[in-house]
Amino acid sequence: MAEPNTAAQPSQEFEKVLVNSSTDVASFDTHDKTPLQKIQHFLHSTPAAVPFVVLIASILVFGLAIGGRFFSSYTLTLILQQIAVVGMLGAAQTLVILTAGIDLSIGVIMVISAVVMGNCAVSYGLPAPLAVAAGFVVGGACGLLNGLLVSRLKLPPFIVTLGTWYVIMSTNFIYSENATIREADVTAVTQWLHVFGVNFKVGTAVLTLGVVAMVVLVFGLWYALNHTAWGRHLYAVGDDPEAAKLSGIRVGRVLLSAYTIAGLIAALAAWVSIGRNGSISPSAAVTDYNLQAITAAVIGGISLFGGRGSILGTLIGAMIVGVVSMGLNMLGADPQWKVFLTGVLIISAVAVDQWIRKVAA
Amino acid sequence: MAQEPILTARGLVKRYGRVTALDHADFDLYPGEILAVIGDNGAGKSSMIKAISGAVTPDEGEIHLEGEPVHFRSPMEARAAGIETVYQNLALSPALSIADNMFLGREIRKPGLFGKLFRTLDRSAMEKMARSKLSELGLMTIQNINQAVETLSGGQRQGVAVARAAAFGSKVVIMDEPTAALGVKESRRVLELILDVRRRGLPIVLISHNMPHVFEVADRIHIHRLGRRLCVINPKEYTMSDAVAFMTGAKAPPGEAIAA
Repeated sequence: MAEPNTAAQPSQEFEKVLVNSSTDVASFDTHDKTPLQKIQHFLHSTPAAVPFVVLIASILVFGLAIGGRFFSSYTLTLILQQIAVVGMLGAAQTLVILTAGIDLSIGVIMVISAVVMGNCAVSYGLPAPLAVAAGFVVGGACGLLNGLLVSRLKLPPFIVTLGTWYVIMSTNFIYSENATIREADVTAVTQWLHVFGVNFKVGTAVLTLGVVAMVVLVFGLWYALNHTAWGRHLYAVGDDPEAAKLSGIRVGRVLLSAYTIAGLIAALAAWVSIGRNGSISPSAAVTDYNLQAITAAVIGGISLFGGRGSILGTLIGAMIVGVVSMGLNMLGADPQWKVFLTGVLIISAVAVDQWIRKVAA
Repeated sequence: MAQEPILTARGLVKRYGRVTALDHADFDLYPGEILAVIGDNGAGKSSMIKAISGAVTPDEGEIHLEGEPVHFRSPMEARAAGIETVYQNLALSPALSIADNMFLGREIRKPGLFGKLFRTLDRSAMEKMARSKLSELGLMTIQNINQAVETLSGGQRQGVAVARAAAFGSKVVIMDEPTAALGVKESRRVLELILDVRRRGLPIVLISHNMPHVFEVADRIHIHRLGRRLCVINPKEYTMSDAVAFMTGAKAPPGEAIAA
C-alpha cells in the first residue's frame, strides 16, 4: 500500500475500472418521472393535499346533489360549528400520533375537565377564571400522567391510554355522581363558561368563538410544528426515536410535552364544548368524540406510524367528516350511511398513506 | 509520535451483567490522523467507541480530551465537547429534510424578538449553512436541500451524515462502519469524504470490517481483541493477513507495536 490518499485513483485493484465510470455519484434522480410518480412525489412533500382534494370533491358532490341550499354560507359555517370540538380533539390527537403514539383517553380527559369546570363554578361557587383554570389543571395533569407512563416507564401508548381511559372515566363518574349540570344553573353563575358559544355574523355566515378558537389553535400548532425546534423534534421522535436520541434530542421530554399539551388542548375543547352544549354531562358521548378525533387525524393524512402528516390535514379531515354528515342529513339519508362512509374514508386514507410512503423506495 | 494525543482513554472497563465488554482498554488518537479500529465481532470495538462518544458510561477508566479529563454522560455532552459520531444507522430522521437533519438537536433560531418570543427557526440560515457544508465536501449535486432524507440513496444519506459530523465536529469525528451498507462506487465516494475531512485537519476514528478500506485510508490501525487493545500497527508495514491474524489470535502481536 503505497500512498493512502490517492482519492482520484483508487488504490484497490478491483476498483481500477471505476476510473472510467460515471462520476456523478451523489446526484439526484433527475430522470423523467411518469405523471403518476410526479403526483406521488408531490403528495409526499405536501401531505395535506389529499384530504384537501377529498374535501373539495365532497363539497362539490353534495352541492350538486342538494343544490344551492348546501352552498349557502349559513350551511357551511354550521358545519364548522359542529366540528369545532372534534377538530380541537383531533389536533390534540395529532400531536400524539405524530410521535407514533395514540391517545385513547383524550375524550374522557375533555369530559372530566368540563365536569371540573362546571362543578367548580356551580357547586363550589368559585369565580369563573378559577373554575376554568381548575379544568385546565385537571386536563394537563391527565395528559402529564399519560406522558410519564409512556416516556418514563416506556409502556406502549395504546395500553397506557386504554388504561387511563377507564381510570379517568370511572373517576369522572364517581366524582360527579353522574349528575348533569343544567345550562340554566351555569348561566346563573357565570357567562364565562359559555363564552365559546357566543356567535357573531359575517354577512350571512354565522361563526362562534369556538370555531375561531379551533382555527387559531390549529394554526398555532401548525406554526409550532413547522417553525420551532420543538415541532421538528416531535416529527423526528415519531419518525425514528433511536435516531432522534442519537441526534441529541431528549426523546422523553418531547413525548412528555406532546401528551401534556394534548391534555391541555382537551381541556380547551371542554370549555368550547360547554359553550356549544350549554349543559355539562359526565356521560357525554365519549367514545364518539374519541373515535372522531382519531378519524379526523387519519383522514387528514396523519400517519399512525408517526412522523408524517400536517396538522392542517387534521382540520381538513374534521371538515370532511362534517361535510359528509351534514350533506347526508340534508339528503335525509339514514344516519348509518355517515358511519359507513367514515369507515370507507379511513381505509382509503390509510391506503393512500401507504402508497405515498413508497416514494422512498 | 512526537505530538500529544488529542484523545486518550486508559483502563476502560464496561460490564454488561456477567459479560465484560471492555477489559481495561486503552485508546489513543493523534491530531490529524485517521485511526482505524478493527477487531472481531464481540471484541468490544463498539463498546469502546460508545464510551468515547458518550453513548455508554464506562464503569472504570478515564478519558482525556486534549489533556483534560472528560466524563460524558450522553452523546450530547460528547458533541458539546467537539466529538461527533456518524453512527452505523446514521441517526437521520427519514421524513425530515436534509437541512432539518443536519441541524437536528441544535437548531438555529431567528435573531431578535421572533426567535426569543416565538422561538422561530431561522430556516434560511440553516439551509445556507447546510448547502455550504455539503458543497465543501463535494456533495452539492444535491439540488434540493429541503428534500426528505428518505428520498436519498444510501450513499447520499451517508454523505449527509458525514457532512453533519464534519460541520459540527470541532475536535474528533468518529465513524462507525461508514461503508458497510454501500455499493462499490458509493464506498469509494465515502472514502474520499473521509480523506477530505482529514485534509481539513480533523482526526478521524474509523471502525470498519472492510480490510481493503482500512488499509487504504488509515494512518494507524488499532487492533482490538477480547475487550482490550491488542496492538497498534502501521498499515504500511503489515499486510491485511497479518492484521487478521492478530485480530483473531492466530498470530502473536509484534512486540514493538504494543507500545505504539
